[in-house]
Amino acid sequence: MEWKPLIRRAGSEIFKSSVAAVWFMFLTFPLMVIKISPLDRTIEWRWMRMVYVGVGAFLLSFIWRYMLERKETGSEKGEADSWQKRAGNRIRSDRMIFVPLLAVIGIFVLVFPFLFSSYQTSIMITALMYVMLGLGLNIVVGLAGLLDLGYVAFYAVGAYFYALMNHHFGLGFWVALPLAGALAATFGVLLGFPVLRLRGDYLAIVTLGFGEIIRLILENWNEFSFGPSGIAGISRPSTFGIKLTLQEHTVYLYYIMIMLVLFTILVVGRLRNSRIGRAWIALREDEIACQAMGIDKTKTKLMAFALGATWAGFVGCILAAKTTFINPASFTFMESAIILSIVVLGGMGSIVGVIVGAFILILLPEYLRAFSEYRMLAFGASMVLIMVFRPQGIISGIRQRYEFHAKAREEART
Amino acid sequence: MKRLQIILMVCACLIFAGQAFAADTIKLGVAGAHSGDLASYGLPTLNAAKLVVGDMNAKGGVLGKKIEILAEDDVCKPEVAANVGSKLVSEKVTVVLGHICSGATKAALNTYKEAKIVTMSPSATNVDLTKSGDYPNFFRTISPDDAQALLQVDFALNKLKVKKVAIIHDKGDYGKGLAEFAQGFFEKKGVKPVLFEGITPGAVDYSAIVQKIKFSGADAVLYGGYHPEAAKIVTGMKKKKMKTLFISDDGVRDDTFIKVAGQYAEGVYATGPIDTTKNPMAIAAIEQHKKEFGSDPGAFYLNAYAASLCLLEGIQKAGSTDYAAITKALRSNWFETPLGKISFDENGDAKGIGFSMYQVQKGKYVEVK
Amino acid sequence: MEYFLELFFGGLTRGSIYALIALGYTMVYGIIELINFAHGEIYMIGAFTALIVASALSLAGMSGWSLLILAGVVAMIYSAAYGFTLEKIAYKPLRTAPRLSPLISAIGMSIFLQNYVLLAQTSDFMSFPALIEEFPFMENVTIIRSSELVIFITTAVATTLLTLFIKFTRMGKAMRAVAQDKTMAMLLGVNVNRVISVTFIIGSALAAVGGVLISSHIGQINFYIGFIAGIKAFTAAVLGGIGSIPGAVLGGMVLGWTESFATGYVSSDYEDVFAFGLLVFILIFRPAGILGRTTSEKV
Repeated sequence: MEWKPLIRRAGSEIFKSSVAAVWFMFLTFPLMVIKISPLDRTIEWRWMRMVYVGVGAFLLSFIWRYMLERKETGSEKGEADSWQKRAGNRIRSDRMIFVPLLAVIGIFVLVFPFLFSSYQTSIMITALMYVMLGLGLNIVVGLAGLLDLGYVAFYAVGAYFYALMNHHFGLGFWVALPLAGALAATFGVLLGFPVLRLRGDYLAIVTLGFGEIIRLILENWNEFSFGPSGIAGISRPSTFGIKLTLQEHTVYLYYIMIMLVLFTILVVGRLRNSRIGRAWIALREDEIACQAMGIDKTKTKLMAFALGATWAGFVGCILAAKTTFINPASFTFMESAIILSIVVLGGMGSIVGVIVGAFILILLPEYLRAFSEYRMLAFGASMVLIMVFRPQGIISGIRQRYEFHAKAREEART
Repeated sequence: MKRLQIILMVCACLIFAGQAFAADTIKLGVAGAHSGDLASYGLPTLNAAKLVVGDMNAKGGVLGKKIEILAEDDVCKPEVAANVGSKLVSEKVTVVLGHICSGATKAALNTYKEAKIVTMSPSATNVDLTKSGDYPNFFRTISPDDAQALLQVDFALNKLKVKKVAIIHDKGDYGKGLAEFAQGFFEKKGVKPVLFEGITPGAVDYSAIVQKIKFSGADAVLYGGYHPEAAKIVTGMKKKKMKTLFISDDGVRDDTFIKVAGQYAEGVYATGPIDTTKNPMAIAAIEQHKKEFGSDPGAFYLNAYAASLCLLEGIQKAGSTDYAAITKALRSNWFETPLGKISFDENGDAKGIGFSMYQVQKGKYVEVK
Repeated sequence: MEYFLELFFGGLTRGSIYALIALGYTMVYGIIELINFAHGEIYMIGAFTALIVASALSLAGMSGWSLLILAGVVAMIYSAAYGFTLEKIAYKPLRTAPRLSPLISAIGMSIFLQNYVLLAQTSDFMSFPALIEEFPFMENVTIIRSSELVIFITTAVATTLLTLFIKFTRMGKAMRAVAQDKTMAMLLGVNVNRVISVTFIIGSALAAVGGVLISSHIGQINFYIGFIAGIKAFTAAVLGGIGSIPGAVLGGMVLGWTESFATGYVSSDYEDVFAFGLLVFILIFRPAGILGRTTSEKV
């Protein structure tokens, strides 16, 4: 074996890493090293940090380049025979694996609240709420291809609808749930009308603005929404006369969420393969061709907005019932950004992907609590890393394909 | 199926092991915003808890047990706070120091109430938290909004002889709540504010609202909110050479305000807890923070220091970690804290914590009598 | 009238800052069609660097205009370096990825950079020294302040220089070529990677200018200032027509004025409602923004 090129390769790798280390030491110098306290007029120099950054950057840059290289060669080989794809196909096609796997997941899901503490159950409820939000937004972004940065507005509509109705008229959760969805859908249509002409990122900023407007109204219009101090004492989901402790309520809500998520998966799954679902995908791919095929663009887009918003309305209603207190602070732009991240990170258009994305993005910060101060730093970094190394999302959507096998038919004939 | 059983067993064992292991310490949950835009109000509380717990542990802990801090970040969002609440409950905390924002506190309090855990906030000033009587487990080492607003209004009308007043707030639960109380008190006294408006926190600048105050002809501005926005408005007003008085609240009576607004802070009035600058405990607490963290303490630091002391000494005096015993101890004993000698009334509001009016004079907050 | 003028200049100041940040958004969007959500953070890092440098230098006994210029230049260098590195790490590996992936990576980067500054420096608000000195001849003028004047002039100069750069230099021409058709530009020998890097560097440096000026004007910063400024600047860029340089400046000004006049004549409660309402209104009638060109789609 020729070892000269190997040494040269190692030399160049070390050189590249050294450059990266020096660059990052330069980059982080003022913010990491110098600390000024203006009052005492002194400067603290924290040189040790520079050493950490240098060593860290040196090592990480090896890993970074190695991973990037692997990604490049991986994509050259083609998606088709990557192990994930193969594993995915195997799981789906082989009943011997698919059915038991589903059963195991099902049993795990059912016994979950009895295995884990009520905290675990309660963050699981949050995660499931985001699964629903993700699946709802997936209709708008993943299927119809309309970038919506103000999804949180519909979430707020649902939450405030239930909170206000409960506060003023004592409306129960089960009545409010479908109504919240319907109201959110109405808002979806109302927003949809003016913005239909816009495309791409113009749509994004208008929806962002709409989300902010809803939040500002909730903050400012005291007579209507009780302003920033919020609404407290919202009823939990009624249990038809049975008295429950808080812990049991959490378990109850957990099962409600499981049912609703299953319902959502069912509906969204059916929608995707329905006439309207096909129309959305067609619209996303090519608007003009789609219109030429006789699809009503306005109606189709409005349907996407309305149906997407419905789920946000449902989840809003659940949020109000879960925390029993809401205020406008829950409905900031960051929330929309997280929901969008769930959809994209998980894999646009894929139901399993969205579920995985929601679990990662909601459970990750919860389990990163061990890092305390570094929690959000690690969260931001992992978002970037996942996107860099799996840009199509963790689980990319599969297009249903119908293949014509001429040979097979001939064989069948004979 | 066998494997599943094993996995389940292992999981269950781990959970039980975790719980069994935990019984030997007193757990102080510290919940508040430790990241995000409101981190600067939550982190000082965590620092205060760390210092108090460090001291107590050095002295042998409470009831012969070591104290352990469980810090949880709620980003001041109700839904996160509710989860944090159930996390702390399932980790079997003895008492909770927090939360920071009133909204987040409300969302988490039901969980604590159900689990019978005493909760003490250094900074949640919403009136309903104590006066509604809904939360018998809630205590705080800060006065409620209405007490503060009343003092501001009285001071403005009687001492400063203000005729026209503009009320500005930051649209937050704290600032807007306070501003609304002040508006109510002013109107009761027959003074109608010439301006009642909310500003957007974090906006690039506030020149337009400063203009508006100037042309409203108000003698005084009453601002409900925190110091960053107050500093921007005061700086803008002074740079415009306006003579309008500026009266604000506890969120502004913070040395960071003077640090940030510098010379422009001069003459600003702010209400705050009774003077602590001569309290030896407060001086020591601030020194300790400087030594340990190398910086001046931030917002609500002394309140949090006092709250940590009360909680832990309350357990000591109660002689057990029992909920009823702790609440009784908190209500019947007086505690030496950096805020002075305090105890708690039936609602959970602190006795001995009143408000006084301060003015920035020569770069320091000085109490005005 | 005085009231009107003061609101006018207040809006202009705000608008200038939006414009300086919006230029970065618009340039990046024009070239790689990416909403660079971390751009607001670059602005914040610029302001922080300037604060550190200015404090260190003023301890060394420096003051006056030279301090402002030196701190500003260092801030520009560092912001540019951060912008450059940001693109290399978070966007370059995603160039062939689905359209929304870089957007998520940008949001992640924004969260990362905010928390990086929070941890490396402080969560607290820091006082920012008034680096812009009062002009002696402005002593008796009340409707406009010296620092506001400096902000307008700097914005005007920066925009003019940028326009000239894009119109007349080789690099500027290359940028326009890449914006029109990346593949074609590459075939004609334009180094696309370099063009993109330069775009990020220029955009980030401009954001730093905005950060230093406004921080010095209002006197305080913390790690979170980039977020709102970023969103507003993005709104300004879209309002003016994203991808267009004069559009970004105009959008910034229009947004600044809207906010200022809405506060002055209506109520600051609904300041942002007016800002976003205007955006929706304008986009309904001009779906590509005020100065944006409506491209008719080829079939």
